[in-house]
Amino acid sequence: MAAVNPALDHDVHDHGDHKPEGFLDRWLFTTNHKDIGTLYLVFSLIMFLIGGSFAMVIRAELFQPGLQLVQPEFFNQMTTMHALVMIFGAVMPAFVGLGNWMIPLMIGAPDMALPRMNNWSFWILPFAFLMLLSTMFMPGGGPQGGWTMYPPLALEGGLNVAFMIFSIHMMGISSIMGAINIIATILNMRAPGMDLLRMPVFVWSWLITAFLLIAVMPVLAGAVTMLLTDKYFGTSFFNAAGGGDPVMYQHIFWFFGHPEVYIMILPAFGIVSEIIPTFSRKPLFGYQAMIYAIASIAFLSFIVWAHHMFSVGMPLGGELFFMYATMLIAIPTGVKVFNWVSTMWEGSITFEVPMLFAVAFVILFTIGGFSGVMCAIVPADFQYQDTYFVVAHFHYVLVTGAVFAIMASVYYWLPKWSGHMHSEKWGKIHFWSSVISVNVLFFPQHFLGLAGMPRRIPDYNVAFADFNMISSIGGFWFGASQLIFVGVVIHAVYYSRQKATMQVWEGARGLEWTVPSPAPHHTFTVPPLIDASKLAHGDVTH
Amino acid sequence: MAQTQGAYYVPHGSHWPIVGSLGLISTLSGAALWMDEYPGAGRPLMALGVALLLVMMFGWFGAVIRESVRGLYNKQVDVSFRMGMMWFIFSEVMFFAAFFGALFYARALSVPWLGGEGHGAMTNHFLWPEFSAAWPTNGPGSVGGTFSTMSAWGIPLLNTMLLLTSGVTITIAHHALRAGHRTRLLVFLAATVLLGAVFLGFQAYEYHHAYEQLNLTLGSGIYGSTFFMLTGFHGMHVTLGAIMIAVIWFRCAKGHFTRDDHFGFEAVAWYWHFVDVVWLGLFLFVYVL
Repeated sequence: MAAVNPALDHDVHDHGDHKPEGFLDRWLFTTNHKDIGTLYLVFSLIMFLIGGSFAMVIRAELFQPGLQLVQPEFFNQMTTMHALVMIFGAVMPAFVGLGNWMIPLMIGAPDMALPRMNNWSFWILPFAFLMLLSTMFMPGGGPQGGWTMYPPLALEGGLNVAFMIFSIHMMGISSIMGAINIIATILNMRAPGMDLLRMPVFVWSWLITAFLLIAVMPVLAGAVTMLLTDKYFGTSFFNAAGGGDPVMYQHIFWFFGHPEVYIMILPAFGIVSEIIPTFSRKPLFGYQAMIYAIASIAFLSFIVWAHHMFSVGMPLGGELFFMYATMLIAIPTGVKVFNWVSTMWEGSITFEVPMLFAVAFVILFTIGGFSGVMCAIVPADFQYQDTYFVVAHFHYVLVTGAVFAIMASVYYWLPKWSGHMHSEKWGKIHFWSSVISVNVLFFPQHFLGLAGMPRRIPDYNVAFADFNMISSIGGFWFGASQLIFVGVVIHAVYYSRQKATMQVWEGARGLEWTVPSPAPHHTFTVPPLIDASKLAHGDVTH
Repeated sequence: MAQTQGAYYVPHGSHWPIVGSLGLISTLSGAALWMDEYPGAGRPLMALGVALLLVMMFGWFGAVIRESVRGLYNKQVDVSFRMGMMWFIFSEVMFFAAFFGALFYARALSVPWLGGEGHGAMTNHFLWPEFSAAWPTNGPGSVGGTFSTMSAWGIPLLNTMLLLTSGVTITIAHHALRAGHRTRLLVFLAATVLLGAVFLGFQAYEYHHAYEQLNLTLGSGIYGSTFFMLTGFHGMHVTLGAIMIAVIWFRCAKGHFTRDDHFGFEAVAWYWHFVDVVWLGLFLFVYVL
């Protein structure tokens, strides 16, 4: 997003600012964490718009009952691709991009630990999505069995099955290499004095997220490999006649899938934990508790997977275990929400755009969390399962959670990346437009779900017509609002005349604010001195 | 941990990653086309992709080796490489965990359920009343036809001995490297590659035997699926490990490593031990139990 235009970059030319000359050298062969971070973020934005356009097709078809615009087969492709593109193409790469840009700056490192591999982690992704998106132009179209790829349905497709599976392998390779790089950077590259318990919470959240990624992406690779061999090589992993079990796929998939959910939210927690203290002008409340909470959530994420499959059949003991384990997650999550609120308590708060998004995150993510607890209750979940209630739940945590945190972070750090301030007015217009429309979009889906409307259907009972129309209007409005975001970013990077200071935000603390804006191409080639009182959370020994 | 003054080597632009990406997409889309209905288009594309990946590996690893030999890597860079390798091996452990998980799930849950136990009683009652749970099995549909399994105490035991011995020989080689005994290093490292190769030879023989005499194939229901996928992926890792050790042998012969600085050797040794440990799991859960 912050494609720094060298032409605008006239005043900051310190020793670290030697950028490669040619376009290919700069972007294709780069080993620079900032340029790679920018590539990730731009890629993520493009995928966000592509995945969003799929969502627009879905909402357009659901605007009214009956089949108006697309065939059911195409509708199913849209739901499947929307999820795959948004999860693996938009949210995850955005966080990796933010990690790439900010982790070395926040811990005082000269670059990522393994810079060449860092380039490969990114440059696999466009090819992976080329493979995935190309399926839509194949005979029979793209995958239609949902992003969870449950067999036997997901294996019913043609060539798209193999292409989807291999594209997922590529995304997995990319994620694992990215995560290894992040762990090695955090553990090995910190400036002297940047002790583990002095690291910004964003860095902590990424350390834990990276561990989750390395632990579960290979499991997904294994699961989809079994799908591949079941389809093409005659194995019986998910075939009951051969002694396997289709439900086994769901267990393996969700053993990946639940930690994956937290892979998409823990860095968001980290971002919000950076932004709220800045605009509250107070250190983060309960720094260590925040870290322990993230670690507990990460641990619990490994023992709750079957709450995604309460209704597929499981021994009663399993249902109970997964229900209680899931509810336990509310405790560390509650710790985090209360700590954010306590950080704001009696602070001198101002509501610049990043803070608006962060506060909206706290409120709306909490709504998503509550509906999650509702879904955790086994007998209730038998009712909610496969309805729009679930759709509403995970869009509250992923859109008003993960995506809002990403938006917040872009508004927060864009001045550091580009050297220019964005338009506060248009940022606020973007915020208010998004925050209202997103609720118009997703809140009615709770009612639809409770009333029994199933998810992943192109047509529905006329009883659901009104709320669907409201939801669709919210959807178009939210989609259009994101074009404002694109405009604000392009304006800030290329046209804004308002120079950003080194500090950017009055209350900002941390190493990233001690380098010029825009951050020079190379920073901290000599490790900085750490002043504990300048860190976002203050001196934690008190 | 703490960073040394400005000495961390940050390589400048590299074109190997993009070659690798082109290699990956060609290999995988070639494989997809081949598997599905377009082998004519798939095979050449895949061959091109594999060639690109090989070129990438030669080029990339070559660049790293040259930088290492020139002494550009300090202790801190070394630690980054160590962490990279450790976490890579951890990711491999989790990949195998998925297949072990499938094996355990089938043996402990899905097969007993198909046999009418506990939760799956109705499946048995309505669909396959004559099926009774047992292991090994190819399921109530007898997928792939009747098969027999091989004894754990023949080739598999021998292979266990071979791999365990190779773990010893690579350790002796490592000690020889640290003590500066060049000949002993090269001999024991060569012995490790040889043991790995013999292991693979026996495994190939075992597969041939399974397919030809036992009617045990990848399509032999859940037993054949788990058996061949677990041992097959393990065998691929042994192959990769043996190639890596062979490369390290040449690097040792060229004198790339010193007593104190030989991370390439250690990384490969870790990998070899990992492959060894996976085999012990396989021997126990796939062959013995």
